[in-house]
Amino acid sequence: MTRKFRLRDLFTLMARGSEAASTAPASASGCGAACSCSTPEDSGHSVLDKTVDRRRAMGMLFGGAAAAATATKSAASVTQTEPEKDEKLLAWEEQLKGNFRLMTERERAETIDRLEQLTLIRHGVDVRIRDAGAIPGVLYGYAFNISRCKGYRNCVEACIKENNLDRKTGTQYIRIFEMEGGQVTFEDGDAEYFHQVPAEGHFYMGTQCFQCANPPCVDVCPVGATWQEPDGITVVDYDWCIGCRYCEAACPYWARRFNWSEPEVPAEEINPNQHYLGNRLRPKGAVEKCTFCIQRSRQGQLPACAEACPTGARVFGNLLDPNSEIRYVLEHKRVFRLKEDLGTEPKFWYYMD
Amino acid sequence: MDFLRFLRGALGAATTGGRTYHLWMGVLTFIIMVGGYAYSVQLREGLIVTGMSDHVSWGLYISNFTFLVGLAAAAVMLVLPAYVLKDVDFSRAVLIGEGVAVAALTMCLCFVVVDLGGPQNMWHLVPVLGYFNWPRSMLAWDVLVLNGYLALNLLIPLYILYQHYHGREPQRRKYVPFVYLSVFWAVSIHMVTAFLLAGLPARPFWNTGLLGPRFLASAFAAGPAFIIVTLHFIRRMTTYRIANETLSKLAMIATVAAQVNLIMLGSEIFKEFYFPTHHSESARYLFFGLHEHNALVPWIWTSISMNVLATIVLTLHPLRRDQRLLYPACLLLFVAVWMEKGIGLIIPGFIPSPLGEIVEYMPTWVELAVTAGIWSLGLFVFTALVRVALAVETGSVRHPGAPIMQD
Ligand code: SF4
Ligand code: SF4
Repeated sequence: MTRKFRLRDLFTLMARGSEAASTAPASASGCGAACSCSTPEDSGHSVLDKTVDRRRAMGMLFGGAAAAATATKSAASVTQTEPEKDEKLLAWEEQLKGNFRLMTERERAETIDRLEQLTLIRHGVDVRIRDAGAIPGVLYGYAFNISRCKGYRNCVEACIKENNLDRKTGTQYIRIFEMEGGQVTFEDGDAEYFHQVPAEGHFYMGTQCFQCANPPCVDVCPVGATWQEPDGITVVDYDWCIGCRYCEAACPYWARRFNWSEPEVPAEEINPNQHYLGNRLRPKGAVEKCTFCIQRSRQGQLPACAEACPTGARVFGNLLDPNSEIRYVLEHKRVFRLKEDLGTEPKFWYYMD
Repeated sequence: MDFLRFLRGALGAATTGGRTYHLWMGVLTFIIMVGGYAYSVQLREGLIVTGMSDHVSWGLYISNFTFLVGLAAAAVMLVLPAYVLKDVDFSRAVLIGEGVAVAALTMCLCFVVVDLGGPQNMWHLVPVLGYFNWPRSMLAWDVLVLNGYLALNLLIPLYILYQHYHGREPQRRKYVPFVYLSVFWAVSIHMVTAFLLAGLPARPFWNTGLLGPRFLASAFAAGPAFIIVTLHFIRRMTTYRIANETLSKLAMIATVAAQVNLIMLGSEIFKEFYFPTHHSESARYLFFGLHEHNALVPWIWTSISMNVLATIVLTLHPLRRDQRLLYPACLLLFVAVWMEKGIGLIIPGFIPSPLGEIVEYMPTWVELAVTAGIWSLGLFVFTALVRVALAVETGSVRHPGAPIMQD
């Protein structure tokens, strides 16, 4: 029984893989939309689903040994409590899931269900993970007013909380550089300042992922674990990432962060409003980055940093909407971007009043 | 069945030997186990136990990887003259060369795996099962060419040894095409690995067209140098005959490559320092230090001095022909290239970061232990392979029905 399912499931995986291979180049950079074309009832899978619910089947396969052990009423039942067993099964199924971009609607729902359960078991927190796709007709852009920013770093704080960033190693997506007047050289800037701000003779420039329109970080990933969504946000499938850190080397703006150890967020501080490609809890050994708060922006909210800024230095909006504030800034202010010579086309502009 | 018997014979040859042999293999096994333990710590705790950080996100592992790709590639440059030009001298050295290639590739693959944050996700790289981002990602290319090269370098010597085991002459038309292929392939593994780094505009230190050729030159210096040292040991410890002619030809290859390598290094240095730009910061950090950060300065100057010294010894005929000088010079060259092309190439690429921040890198004991473990594994594989090859070649392992060889 067990054996049969294992084989079948492997075939399903393969079928999905080859299908992926054939569609991949066409939908390479904008898969979020393309994903709606993969019907929930794709061939091999529905057969499996009809016979037995996928989760149970997988559990039987890979938790097989453990299950057998408990069945014989041996020591196993003493050492393994129910939640622990559940956690093991869930973790196994998670380990065997596919790339988010290539999942069917149903598979997405299933993995989200498992992740929510796992968070409950592991952290005792009831979270809600969305997988909301890009809103049609939206392309996000960001503008940063250099003359307004005073270096308070409220945005950094807000980002850490909103995005469940690792507290142990102090991960931060946003860097605020204290720059010396008269030049824009980051080499002479200081992102680790610790004194009263604003400092005399200095100005402040924030950096984060600039959601390049031509992102080098996406090209280099050997397993397609990171890609650009149709609304212009470059995301990472944390569970598909193999942690080679090639993308980290490829980013010209030092925007990517790696989970060097198991990230830690105190249970009471976990933000339960999550997105699969955004602020859900990350595993050890995966890469992550700013997503313009995908869990918020796709719900029509501002990113946490833009909302937290007390000086109004941060402008976020839809580049395709001619009436948006960001369009106003781009049309009426003098703007520039970092390292334009690289051709990465960041969707993050700096401007002055 | 015959093949099984061949394998059994090979296993026998690899596991029997004198006291020195067992001692050597025992020491290697011990270091491998220490490395294995260190890796288990890394698996449990995450890569936090290494000296790497978001600033310097590749370290000792990838440094060794880039160097060893070169070693693997260079080993096969011996293959061409031996198999195709029928140069009798070289054919004896060539099995050693292929042993070096296999061992170096084993190490390469190990170094890549230990560098991964999620080794449990490695199956995502398997085409069809996972998602192979080919041809866009140079890393995907690298996975392909390295594995292909490993397969080639296992199959060719296996075929030849198996034929010799039977006392038969291997059929040229069956293996010579693969030999040609493997020579081109050797260049490709090297170029692809260089492209992997050179293709990153974010890192001006690597983003140079000269990186690939420099990789080749340094590899063709370090590879033959390593083989010369090994041949020296083999000559001393076994009855296998290797003509002086072979050694001097190899030394010639290493010499020319070392000279070309130095020229290219000089050209890079000129470009970085004649009119230094912001893109020269990494080179400044490497050679002279940046704002009190100068961890690599002694490292690179040691390497360059060794490199120059070895090249001088190799260039002057009377010195090179003196065997007492040749071996130390080769060893020196090998270590110098390892220092320059490993740590000296990878680490400065990350310093300063693309936003100008300077965070230095220092490997931890875990990295050192894992690295030592993998090198020991490589030496272990190499020793075992060479032992089998020599046993078959000298006729001590052969098919019972095979005619006696006249060697
Ligand atoms: S800023 Fe870096 S991480 Fe963000 S899209 Fe551009 S290259 Fe990728
Ligand atoms: S670290 Fe992850 S996302 Fe980045 S290139 Fe490697 S596999 Fe892709």
